[in-house]
Amino acid sequence: MNSVNNLCDLPVGGKGTVQYISDHLSIRTRLMELGLIEGTEVACIGTSPLGDPRAYMIRGAVIALRSEETKNIKMRSV
Amino acid sequence: MGLTNKSTGANASKGQNNISDTNVRVAFAGNPNVGKSTLFNLLTGMSQHTGNWPGKTVSLATGIYRDKSHTYNLTDLPGTYSLLAQSPEEEIARSYLLRQNPDCVVVVCDATCLERNLSLVLQITEITQSVVVCVNLIDEAKKKNIRINTKKLSQLLGLPVVATVATSKKTLSTLPRFIDSATQSSYADCARPQYPTPIKEAAKLISSCLYNMYPNIQNKQWLSLRLLDDVLTSELEYLAPDISLDNPRLSQCISDAKAYLAQQGFTPEHIHDIITAAPVHTAENIYRSCVSGNCGYSIKDKAIDSIVTSRIWGFPSMLVLLGFILWLTVTAANYPSQLLSQFMTYTEGVLLKFMELIGSPPLVTSALIMGVYRTLGWIVSVMLPPMAIFFPLFTLLEDMGYLPRIAYNLDLPFKKCRACGKQALTMCMGLGCNAAGVVGCRIVDSPRERMLAVMTNSFMPCNGKFPILISVSTMFLAIGAGVLGQIGCALILTMVLVICIAATFCATWILSHTILNGMPSSYALEMPPYRKPRVWNILVRSVLDRTIFVLGRAAAVAAPAGLVIWLMANISVGGSSLLNIFAEFLDPFASLLGLDGVILMAFILGTPANEIVIPIMLMAYMSGSVLSDTGAIDGVRQLLIDNGWTIKTAVCMLSFAIFHWPCATTLLTVKKETASLKLTAVAAILPTLFGIILCFIINILT
Repeated sequence: MNSVNNLCDLPVGGKGTVQYISDHLSIRTRLMELGLIEGTEVACIGTSPLGDPRAYMIRGAVIALRSEETKNIKMRSV
Repeated sequence: MGLTNKSTGANASKGQNNISDTNVRVAFAGNPNVGKSTLFNLLTGMSQHTGNWPGKTVSLATGIYRDKSHTYNLTDLPGTYSLLAQSPEEEIARSYLLRQNPDCVVVVCDATCLERNLSLVLQITEITQSVVVCVNLIDEAKKKNIRINTKKLSQLLGLPVVATVATSKKTLSTLPRFIDSATQSSYADCARPQYPTPIKEAAKLISSCLYNMYPNIQNKQWLSLRLLDDVLTSELEYLAPDISLDNPRLSQCISDAKAYLAQQGFTPEHIHDIITAAPVHTAENIYRSCVSGNCGYSIKDKAIDSIVTSRIWGFPSMLVLLGFILWLTVTAANYPSQLLSQFMTYTEGVLLKFMELIGSPPLVTSALIMGVYRTLGWIVSVMLPPMAIFFPLFTLLEDMGYLPRIAYNLDLPFKKCRACGKQALTMCMGLGCNAAGVVGCRIVDSPRERMLAVMTNSFMPCNGKFPILISVSTMFLAIGAGVLGQIGCALILTMVLVICIAATFCATWILSHTILNGMPSSYALEMPPYRKPRVWNILVRSVLDRTIFVLGRAAAVAAPAGLVIWLMANISVGGSSLLNIFAEFLDPFASLLGLDGVILMAFILGTPANEIVIPIMLMAYMSGSVLSDTGAIDGVRQLLIDNGWTIKTAVCMLSFAIFHWPCATTLLTVKKETASLKLTAVAAILPTLFGIILCFIINILT
């Protein structure tokens, strides 16, 4: 099975669990307020036509995140 | 953007001036995009603009609701995801809740996305416990098989819960009663975010210190947590006016509390994460016990998105949709424009008779009626119908939830230009009216990116330029009238659209690498589920909000413009009207651009509103003294040819029409939004430079 390190590595249609959001990410607090905290299950549900940003399902809402952000969101290894 | 005391203090809600003791002050809070403003409108009967994508309302709206026993002063707070972040909306919302102390807060939640909404409820209960929870869009939830046990929810929250349908006033009938009971006795035992014991102890240390030092201070619990977490420090003294962070006793107390936690193994980052995550965890627990079913993003939503954001169909579908809206605007506006024009001519006649009656001197009559009034009439009859069609259509897209998808699709190119994907939306608004588009730039959070959006907005062709584009291309470029002509027109408009979009990216890139240098900010864009738009609401709100706002400003600018134009056409020096002299003066430079002096002059004098550019041009060619109608197209075409027009002239004029300085209304709006003369000058010069260069190149190459 592929091990997913960061949220950006999650394939479209894949699910994962958040481990930690990197400290130096400027929207860290905002992401946590949107429900992206440790232990949250996230699914990648699609990408935009140009490949970035991608759409993620976070606690019932669809949020678009850029790869700059998602490469700093560590996921639990399966 | 100027978040001043005035904008968030007592003056923010205008309805507060005549408060009697029996008025109950209610604030409406909630996540963006939950139908909060719609509910607000239903209760207050006032038209307040809303949109189906996050971040729309950034100024407070107030209204009054009356029932048999009470009068309620309602305030609609901006939609916020949390009360702790740094965006303007969040600042206004928390400032209002902390400083204005409303009697009751109604938190509106989206039934299709309840978990995250509950998080906000819990943040609010930390500040005030007179809260009523409104679970809105319950009909949408039912459609998606989401079942909410409102009784249990109410039990677990310790707060009254009302289930409402956004469009049904009936479901709101119990709300006033709950507001009353919340006002009379706040729900002190209601649910609040749960923190681990050490954090609670540390917060208690700080709050008892606060109590000793400032016995009258309110919101001690909330303040202690913020002081412990070290957030909002620059705002705290404003939010709680009595405290002083410089006070050594207070700082000592805070250090002690943090030291206590450090002993227990809590680092500051750890503390921050726990405090931030607390409402999320608590909300999750409550949610799991009361809600069952799927989430709000249904199969239908997924299907639509798989088309509009797909690699193959995403951009074409966007272009087709926008092109269609433009075409519809232009076509459907024709007939009402003619009617309005006839009406204005009729009233002009009436006014002329009136002036005669009161014995007004002919010069004054001419200046006032043929100059000022006619210009005003022209602008209104040409400007109003397209806008009255475009903005409702645009708002329809907003209400349905499509607009965030545009920002989503175009985010990457904007990021490459160091701007924000939301700029795509301000550009769309600018298609209706550049001034409205500039105001709409408030949805961009980062100030630098907002400036970028503001200054490049006039690269998009607004409704006022369409008459120029259409009539010139019909006369010189398209295949004549009829269906083929319509299609030709639509194609040309689409091509213009593409050119303008490309130019906007170019200009944004230039600006963000020069005077507005900086790195793109990060943001999370929410894409809400698609919803059925509320059509009647839209029409009314759109007409009142945007159209009248724009018209008002345009009229204010048009009147003096009309006078100036009349003066120039009717004052002669040395046998030649000022108009002619000016045109001749501009001629040499204009021919470099493939234009002539008259055209350039028409653009200059048409600065108040692009709608009068062609009338001024025609008036000058005919050496007339008043603006006249375009009349029969063939006659006009001949007139232009007689004055030296060729296809090259037409192409250059089109190019200059889409790339020249913004109209006066837009310039004023830019000045207001940027609060900088320098940036306003850049906003004027940049498109003009594009236009000059483009026209020059076309002139040289042909």
